[in-house]
Amino acid sequence: MDRENMSVVDGAYAVAHAVNVCKPDVVAAYPITPQTNIVEHISQFIADGEMDDVSINVESEHSAMSLLVGASSVGARAYSATASQGLVLMSEVLFNVSGMRLPIVVTVVNRAMSAPLSIWNDQQDSISQRDTGWIQLYAEDVQEAADMTAQAFKIAENSNVLLPVMVCMDGFILSHVYEPVVLLEDDLIDEFLPGYSPLAVLDPDNPKTFGAFADPGAYTEFRYLQEVAMKNAIPVIEDAADEFKEVFGRYQGGLIDEYMAEDAEIMIIAMGSVVGTIKEVIPELRAKGVSVGIIKIRSFRPFPAEAIRKAVASAKVIVTLDKNISIGLGEGALFTETKSVIYNSSIRTPVIGFMLGHGGRDIPKARIEQIVMEAGEVMKRGITVESRYADLKEELL
Amino acid sequence: MKVIHAAIVKPGTTLVNKTGGWRTFMPECNYELCNGCGICETYCPDSVIVKDGDRYAPNLDYCKGCGICANVCPKDAITMILEGK
Amino acid sequence: MTQLLAPGHRMCAGCGDALATKFALKGAGDRCIVVSPTGCIEVSTTPYPESSWNVPWIHSLFDNAGAVAAGIEWGLKKLGKKEDTTVMVIAGDGATFDIGLQAMSGAFERGHDMVYVCVDNEAYMNTGIQRSGATPYDASTTTSPAGKVSFGNPLPKKNMPAIMADHGSPYVATASIAYAKDAIRKVARAAEIEGPAYIQIHAPCCTGWKFDSSKTVEVGRLAVEAGLWPMYEMIDGRIEKAKKIRDRKPVEEYLRMQGRFKHLFTMEGGEEEIARIQAIADWNAEYYEME
Repeated sequence: MDRENMSVVDGAYAVAHAVNVCKPDVVAAYPITPQTNIVEHISQFIADGEMDDVSINVESEHSAMSLLVGASSVGARAYSATASQGLVLMSEVLFNVSGMRLPIVVTVVNRAMSAPLSIWNDQQDSISQRDTGWIQLYAEDVQEAADMTAQAFKIAENSNVLLPVMVCMDGFILSHVYEPVVLLEDDLIDEFLPGYSPLAVLDPDNPKTFGAFADPGAYTEFRYLQEVAMKNAIPVIEDAADEFKEVFGRYQGGLIDEYMAEDAEIMIIAMGSVVGTIKEVIPELRAKGVSVGIIKIRSFRPFPAEAIRKAVASAKVIVTLDKNISIGLGEGALFTETKSVIYNSSIRTPVIGFMLGHGGRDIPKARIEQIVMEAGEVMKRGITVESRYADLKEELL
Repeated sequence: MKVIHAAIVKPGTTLVNKTGGWRTFMPECNYELCNGCGICETYCPDSVIVKDGDRYAPNLDYCKGCGICANVCPKDAITMILEGK
Repeated sequence: MTQLLAPGHRMCAGCGDALATKFALKGAGDRCIVVSPTGCIEVSTTPYPESSWNVPWIHSLFDNAGAVAAGIEWGLKKLGKKEDTTVMVIAGDGATFDIGLQAMSGAFERGHDMVYVCVDNEAYMNTGIQRSGATPYDASTTTSPAGKVSFGNPLPKKNMPAIMADHGSPYVATASIAYAKDAIRKVARAAEIEGPAYIQIHAPCCTGWKFDSSKTVEVGRLAVEAGLWPMYEMIDGRIEKAKKIRDRKPVEEYLRMQGRFKHLFTMEGGEEEIARIQAIADWNAEYYEME
């Protein structure tokens, strides 16, 4: 990486800067920890004359997303950022946006859901919205969160896709950390991201009706077309990453990314900032003779079924890490979905799942080592416990 | 009709839905009493009363037979009559 | 001439909402973009693949019309395409008084250039006549039914125009489908004024209020003549002129026409209830200086 062009900034700044470079026509957001820094930076850019006056302060996340529905319907490139309760308050509108096929981009600064109230990180918020029909991308570090923002607009606005995109970044861990990053290059953006050309807009010169209701005779087909668009997004996400590399010289993976995975017997599957910790642990364990690697999930929706099936070829055990839980199933989403994509294939590798890092609980390297060791035991003796919390404090129970 | 990516619809297309079939009573105008004031046209909720030359007449393809025109007519020129079908 | 709301829509025969929509479109003209939240107007005009609208129109959700309209206005401005376009919401009373109030409040506070038309038929008619914040005192609805120990809706109608005026709206008005010219003029005036304007159009509902479909305009006129529907304009929060009512009619005449008040004429204690409603009309007459 080009160290001369690097700046040490907080994650929120890097993302806000990337948003500015992508030239949205309308930004609408409502403050919520830990997203606030993004909208504060955007507001300051505007106050300092460094960004067009596109941002509007609204009275709730529900209205932020609703306002973007209107703006996107007249052809505006539209952006918001939120977290946790805010994302879930938007939920009703999220379904609406994807159904209306409006290519809005949102940064989700992942935070735990209340109750109990917690402002700290996990991914329960965005995972709870997985069926809203939004593309969900998860960033490993600040650089990726910023770069993904530009990719997100390109993916969303692709005429074969036309789906909204969430760029998910872990709250505090990424949003508030100061890291050396290359700020998204303003002079290169036009080469990568053309202006938004909508297929249809609300226009008195060419009146159209948006948001008609569908009776049972047509509803299924609109839902099916959303699924087709998600499938169409699979190569588009890969292409966006490749084109991004060509223009900006940086690559963080397509649907997935792999690290020391080619020959790994113990295969970790994870997403978000924990991937960084895991990448630190892997070489240390490799040095001790442990055959371990990681598949980083960048795109959770569309879920990269085929890419995962290919990437786990060498694995003798698969271990998923989840900062979320489906209460009543006792599993995190990555665990459930990883099992689901290999069940009907010829792959018969055991899969175990660990939930950890909920409500901001720290994930030290030792925790990852312990998980890898446990996975190693599964290789030898088979599964004893399918899914459990890796960091439960028994003494509090 | 094939569905496209979002439920976007062309304008004014409910014209295919001839709501005249809803009607039980139909308006009949005595043009000897009618002074052409157009109040019936103003208050027709279905915009089916149209000016045809000097006269106002309902487009029976869409008239639902609500009877507002007869009720608002200041000359009592419109009567709602049971439609023989 | 093309009707901006084409025939063939599925609104009930004798629908007051249809009249209010027609007048709103006449007032705003064809250079408008309409936002309709969920409600009778929405579902009865846009069954895919049909639409009655000959102006650009959007439905998003029930509770967000104010924000969607704000986004259209802000988006058009940022794209340099606002020009002469009027952004107009046409919403029911439930979407306005109740579930959409927050989005609307934010939009008015921010001062977006829009016309918000509330078509007030005094209950959730689309879902089958449930009580809303606009339902008048003692009206029987399916969620505030009259019964042996109930006179119907126990709460007075919320004063939405005052609430919107207090947001700093430059133009707030009430109108009625029974006074077409007045309603059209008020919408046209609202469209001309820069900023968020609010117009509440009283729209009797023959289905929900239970009267014959031919009497929609007649019932609407009686509401005004009885003093239960004051018609006025507010400029920058001050009432400019309220319609004068000569020989104000007793509310009993208005109530008797509608099935939703029928119980007031059969139940013990109904007379006292009617007297309470008369007191509302008397208060209106004094406050709005109708006489």
